[in-house]
Amino acid sequence: MTWFKKKPDAKRDVIKEISNIEKRFEVFRIGIALLISMVLIILVIALISDDPLGAIRELLLGPLQSLRRIGNVIELMIPLTFTGLAITMVFKTNRFNLAAEGAFYMATMVAVLVALNSPFPPVITIILGLLAGFIVGGLLGLIPALINLKFGANELVVSLMQNYIVAFFVQYLLNYVVRDPNSYAIQSYALPESVSLFRFIPGTRIHVGLILMAVVVVVAYIILYRTKWGYVLRVTGLNEKFAKYSGVKVAFVIIIAQVLGTAIAGLGGAVEMYGIYNTFKFAASPGYGWDGIIVATLAKLNPAFVPLAALFIAYIRVGADILNRSTNIPPEIVSIVQAIIILFIAAKAFMKAAKEKKIVEKSREVASEGAN
Amino acid sequence: MELFSIFLNPGFWFSLIRSSTPLIFAGMAALIASRSGITNMAIEGSMTLGALAAVVASWYFQNAWLGLLAAVLVGITIALFLAYFKLKMMADEILVAIALNLFATGASIFILFLLTGDKSNSSALNSLVLPTVSFAFLNNIPFIGQVINGQNILVYVAFISTFILNYFLFKTPMGLRIRSVGGNEHAAESVGVYVHKTKYIGLAISGMFAGLGGAFMSLGYMSLFTRGMVAGRGFIAIAAANVGGRSPIPTMFSAMLFGFFDNLGNNLQQFKVINEFVFMIPYIATIIMFAFSSYRRMTEKKRLNKKILASQKAE
Repeated sequence: MTWFKKKPDAKRDVIKEISNIEKRFEVFRIGIALLISMVLIILVIALISDDPLGAIRELLLGPLQSLRRIGNVIELMIPLTFTGLAITMVFKTNRFNLAAEGAFYMATMVAVLVALNSPFPPVITIILGLLAGFIVGGLLGLIPALINLKFGANELVVSLMQNYIVAFFVQYLLNYVVRDPNSYAIQSYALPESVSLFRFIPGTRIHVGLILMAVVVVVAYIILYRTKWGYVLRVTGLNEKFAKYSGVKVAFVIIIAQVLGTAIAGLGGAVEMYGIYNTFKFAASPGYGWDGIIVATLAKLNPAFVPLAALFIAYIRVGADILNRSTNIPPEIVSIVQAIIILFIAAKAFMKAAKEKKIVEKSREVASEGAN
Repeated sequence: MELFSIFLNPGFWFSLIRSSTPLIFAGMAALIASRSGITNMAIEGSMTLGALAAVVASWYFQNAWLGLLAAVLVGITIALFLAYFKLKMMADEILVAIALNLFATGASIFILFLLTGDKSNSSALNSLVLPTVSFAFLNNIPFIGQVINGQNILVYVAFISTFILNYFLFKTPMGLRIRSVGGNEHAAESVGVYVHKTKYIGLAISGMFAGLGGAFMSLGYMSLFTRGMVAGRGFIAIAAANVGGRSPIPTMFSAMLFGFFDNLGNNLQQFKVINEFVFMIPYIATIIMFAFSSYRRMTEKKRLNKKILASQKAE
């Protein structure tokens, strides 16, 4: 009777094996993309630097050289995780709404406005500020989503135009509303000292925003992978028509995901403001929304991997900044690397032949086993 | 009333033509790509790198025409890259375009800094600009002569190329093939059109126009490269092509409409208005017109069905 039992097991094994092969290739592909981009960055540095070995050491090991620098990596990882999560949520719907970039910038300003005008004690002010950032972010995510739904206009174009408008609006608020006329530099009035997030590791600026970040990551993961709504969202992203014919209110799901996602970016902006700064002095957006795209892509749109991807991007960013201070190589070198990583991950057919060959081999192996 | 006086000034219309030019080039780039079935969202990046390449080549060879050539080559390269990733690598064209735009922003600043030690503009490179052209006979026409005479040569190229592209797209076999692979590639394939080859050609033309637009930015509109100088024109152009129904001549007019708002912003700065709000005008106008034209396209089918129903009833 043993052969009878063995057969269905073997079948299940094959499916498992194949999905394992696919997963392994996915990881391998990301690894290759990272490797190629790092090799490229090293080649470029070797070409333009007088001391290539020193420069490469600065870039790759620089961030580990002091507690303060490690702190810098973690501090940068926090906003990148927020925007990465935001883009993850939005891209899950297959809508390329990039309002998160403007939302982050706007929310830093909203947090300042709340802090300067709030009559409440600091803790409540902070909560209000974070909430305001979250809501403003959500609203900014809603506009392109609604225009796309009602008018059919491509949300990428609308959101990018919106980002320009938001940036000018923030600059208006900076110049005419919150600007401190007594300061020589263009910056806002200083926030009340108590309106800041607690820094819990001495010698760094790592703040409790890190804990909030972890909570948001977990919540986002649970929403996407452990709730019915998250399942519906993922199905919609994978195949909108299928979702529609299965009775999903596709339009609603897509809108909510874009609003919720962009709201997370807004929350991140407020956290960044209260966590790191005491005045507003961004004459231009820090651009973390753009970094969110690479973080989300690198994490394969899975919230659980977003902090890891953000850590990696933060690490090379800090490395590039250190390199810039000591060698004059501009830190924009990082955005070149980021683009290459996105390209390789986006290229679905990259190494497809090798993957398929492996799957065919495995199936043959099992088939011949079954024949015996 | 003061506001209306600016419309009576030929200088306003002169600069309207000038600021429409990059949008016309980019609009042509957007529509030909869209006609061949690939959305070219990377026009913005192509223009940025094209503008930089134009300045660098113009400075290096001390020849503005070689600058123009460099920009066109850069534009074509990026567009073919996008096509390759879409067609051979099965990548999402939007994601690839986002990556290319990020690359262009970073790489242009990186290269600029390596060459000049400055991250904001290329004033350290004494690059040449393309010549302006004036026709003696136009001087005799009042107003209009002042508006269209003495523009940069690429301005005339932009307007003329609109008509050439229109002829190419609607009157030549290649144009028909491009429209067919964009319309229904399986149908096109079944009658023997090489789908991929045709798409590559469409995208190459798109890249050429994006490169021309970039070259105009730094060799005509301005005489140097500055950081962020393209300022979303690559995306505004996608809206312009949409408003123009993806046909060259209407797109030319819609690009001029967008150019009007761009120009209005520049002219309003002389009045006591808050600059930040003035700067928003072209982007707000883009969203509104883009939404409107998209809505028309979305409901086109519905309206068509209604018409058919009505005519059937009449019978």
